[in-house]
Amino acid sequence: MKAETHALQPAPGDHAEHHAHGSRESYLIGFGLSVILTAIPFWLVMAGVLDKQLTGLAITLLAAVQIVVHMVYFLHMNTRSEGGWTMMALIFTIIMVVIGLTGSLWVMHHLNVNMMPGHDMSSMP
Amino acid sequence: MTLAVVPPQNSEPVFYLVDEHEHPEGASTMLGFWIYLMSDCLIFAMLFATFGVLGGNYAAGPAPKDLFDLPLVAVNTSMLLLSSITYGFAMLAMEKSRVGAMQAWLVVTGLFGLAFISIELFEFAHMIHEGATPQRSAFLSSFFTLVGTHGLHVTFGLVWLVTLMVQIARFGLIEANRRRLMCLSMFWHFLDVVWIGVFTFVYLMGMLR
Repeated sequence: MKAETHALQPAPGDHAEHHAHGSRESYLIGFGLSVILTAIPFWLVMAGVLDKQLTGLAITLLAAVQIVVHMVYFLHMNTRSEGGWTMMALIFTIIMVVIGLTGSLWVMHHLNVNMMPGHDMSSMP
Repeated sequence: MTLAVVPPQNSEPVFYLVDEHEHPEGASTMLGFWIYLMSDCLIFAMLFATFGVLGGNYAAGPAPKDLFDLPLVAVNTSMLLLSSITYGFAMLAMEKSRVGAMQAWLVVTGLFGLAFISIELFEFAHMIHEGATPQRSAFLSSFFTLVGTHGLHVTFGLVWLVTLMVQIARFGLIEANRRRLMCLSMFWHFLDVVWIGVFTFVYLMGMLR
């Protein structure tokens, strides 16, 4: 079976699966959710309704939800596209990102706490 | 008429397909581009980690509260969000092969992107004018690296957008151009996802510090 023999034939349905783009409704739903999920954290911080720690937690959660909304409604992420390989690549990336981010922040935080005595001079003799 | 028969003892056994089966042109582009985006995601994750580590080191210089203008950041965010939805409408017009409507939506997307970049450059210029340069403190170094890298991505996205609009005007909505538009769509929406992280963890968290 030579490659040239069927190089000219189009392969309908074989590899040329048409990628779902979503509809006008799904884009508008995604946009509406994004506007809400953007407005709430800005309002929380600018109005200062909650205390700082709670605000930080809330805007982190809202950002996570908004990232998922963008992934689903704008990037059309699902478990079926490209035979599931985009999802596999995404999961791998998320694992790498979590290791990199938490590792860096954790290690450097401990380094700061344990190796910077200069800030509190009052306890010095 | 004789057939040339290869003696079996001369031929090594082959355990794989000698002729690769045919892939239609561009069949693997979407997966390949997605993997590129994932690698880009790792770049941004490491810049976020750098900012997370250094973001509190002001070196007795200006802090986020002295520098950031949240209403301006909110306007900037809405520019990028609006450009995302208009790009989506351009893709829907492409599905229906309505070239005029698609080009119009792409122009609107480009203008929103341009507005985003302009506001960001204005903000940077304002900060540098006030002496908050990247050299001032570790906080500002990591801030300009992270936000600047994102801005650079948007700038290249705009160059790509204009290039594609010229391509479509010349060659129409051929299969290759549709594929390129889908790649740029993923790139553009991905940059919006990164911006969610930027406005949350750089600007809003910075104001909370």
